[in-house]
Amino acid sequence: MGTDPAVVLEVRGLRAYLYTRWGVVRAVDGVSFALREGETLGLVGESGCGKTMTGLSIVRLLPEPAGRIVEGQVLLEGEDLVTKSEAEMRRVRGRRVSMILQDPQTSLNPVFTIGDQILEALRLHHPDGESSLAARAEEALRRVKVAAPEQRMRAYPHQMSGGMKQRVVGAIAVAGEPLVLIADEPTTALDVTIQLQYLALLKEIQARTRLAMLFITHDFGIVARMCDRVAVMYAGRIVETGPTRALFRAPRHPYTEALMASVPRMEGSVARLPSIEGQPPPLHDLPTGCRFADRCAYVDDRCRREYPPTMPVGPAHEAACWRIEPSPPSR
Amino acid sequence: MQRFILRRLAQSVLLLFVLALIVFALARVSGNPADLLLREDATQEDRAHLLRALGLDRPVHEQLYLFISGAVRGDLGESIRYRKPATEVFFERLPNTLRLLPLAMVGALALAIPLGVLAAVYRGTIVDRVSGAIAVLGIATPSFWLGIVLIYIFSIKLGLLPSSRMGGPSHYVLPTITLGLFLVAGMMRLVRSSLLEVMGSEFVKLARLKGLSQTVVIWKHCLRNALIPVTTLFGVYFALLITGAIVTETVFAWPGVGRLTYEAVIFRDYPLLQAVILLKAIIVLGVNLGVDIVYAYLDPRVRYA
Repeated sequence: MGTDPAVVLEVRGLRAYLYTRWGVVRAVDGVSFALREGETLGLVGESGCGKTMTGLSIVRLLPEPAGRIVEGQVLLEGEDLVTKSEAEMRRVRGRRVSMILQDPQTSLNPVFTIGDQILEALRLHHPDGESSLAARAEEALRRVKVAAPEQRMRAYPHQMSGGMKQRVVGAIAVAGEPLVLIADEPTTALDVTIQLQYLALLKEIQARTRLAMLFITHDFGIVARMCDRVAVMYAGRIVETGPTRALFRAPRHPYTEALMASVPRMEGSVARLPSIEGQPPPLHDLPTGCRFADRCAYVDDRCRREYPPTMPVGPAHEAACWRIEPSPPSR
Repeated sequence: MQRFILRRLAQSVLLLFVLALIVFALARVSGNPADLLLREDATQEDRAHLLRALGLDRPVHEQLYLFISGAVRGDLGESIRYRKPATEVFFERLPNTLRLLPLAMVGALALAIPLGVLAAVYRGTIVDRVSGAIAVLGIATPSFWLGIVLIYIFSIKLGLLPSSRMGGPSHYVLPTITLGLFLVAGMMRLVRSSLLEVMGSEFVKLARLKGLSQTVVIWKHCLRNALIPVTTLFGVYFALLITGAIVTETVFAWPGVGRLTYEAVIFRDYPLLQAVILLKAIIVLGVNLGVDIVYAYLDPRVRYA
């Protein structure tokens, strides 16, 4: 494994809780993963399982004042972001770690022009002359395939389509040439043809800049298309991680298995798609045992008593389930 | 932008016409002015003479024609009490009100914006609660009471400031505070609430993601969005004050249009009252047009709609 590209981002035992008046919401509850240069890791799971909160924890922009990182490390090229001051974090955001948000309709400020909003990002990262910045901004728009960038610079967000806006958001995200890009369901709000174009665009940017991407989604189709590896998240924890192909071919955690079964397939006819019965446990009142126990077909007493350890199940493939027989790691 | 202004202008003219009709009708419905103007021992002949002088002996549609055509030419009749054109009386008094209002409004805004921002940024803390309490007090305090209390403390007890009438800068202090305090409270609360709403937006997150500091994000990205509803309120307040300064101007014997309105009502000076209402309406419409233009500047979505 010595030839693998360097790890740029490593998250270790991250816990981020929201302190609300209804109790402590354990949105991220012991999440660990690593991201290598040029690699795309998919973070998959149902809505409300803590995917977005994981992303926001990395850039330290949890909702205030409720959200707080209570434990763990976020190592960016070996430096821990959790212990950094707000001033230091400002130099990390945009420049070393960027994020694309879910909804292009609301991600841009309605009262400033597209140009202003790109220039603002550029100005922070290149404190050189204003004239070269304008050229850079146009270049940034051209790179995300926005037609007639000179005119688009003067346009306001409401004058553009959703797909165009999301391209602009993408341009802003990569303006500072970051090492890591967190894409939080960037195509959920776009229609299908635009989705594919946008995904291709992200791939292209990645190929050029070798950036590491954390791709947050609930869509397995996108995972198959975009990701080298997948981490499946359930109720604040990662339950299975593995190379995309291996995980698709042989899911080892019952939750992953159930998720796969509920994805519609083209071949054959299915009268009714299987779905996972029940609801995930509320994040402010989590059980001590396995969090999937109540919905799991293979549940037994031990599952309800104790949370299963994460065990290797194949090359770079691991899962947290009591059904997996402990065996010596096969790497 | 030009089309936008023209359209608004046309709407204003139409609105003004409707208002003129209402004023005309109300003046006719609320009784015959001659009954109030004539002495008790007046003869039938005196009455007929007065009606003819006021043009009230003619058919209603003719009266309306005369009223509207006069109004279009800027002639709103003659004040009975002052024995001069009503418009002239109004415009003599207007500068006095206009000298008071901007001071109160700019002062209120200068206080309300920073206080509202502070309350939003430190929401839930003691800063927020104290400012909230002050706001409630400010909204609940009637101007006439505040004016009288201020006069009692600063003019009568301490003898520091004059209690009434116009004069040097010291005369402006108490009326400005009385008018302004009412405004600060409401505007501050609105700045706070609309800022809080904007601070939860996705674009705020994106601005933070660029690496901008919280301060820049709040004062640049959030405030401009948050000021859109505040601008509307500002316009409403300005219009309200031109009309509503009646109380404050009366308490401080300030010779502005507020006090003039009060006088016109008390002395049953119908032509003057009509003129005051119409002219105030023109000012209110003008202010609203101004607000719409500022609004369009702040919010590009309005501009290109």
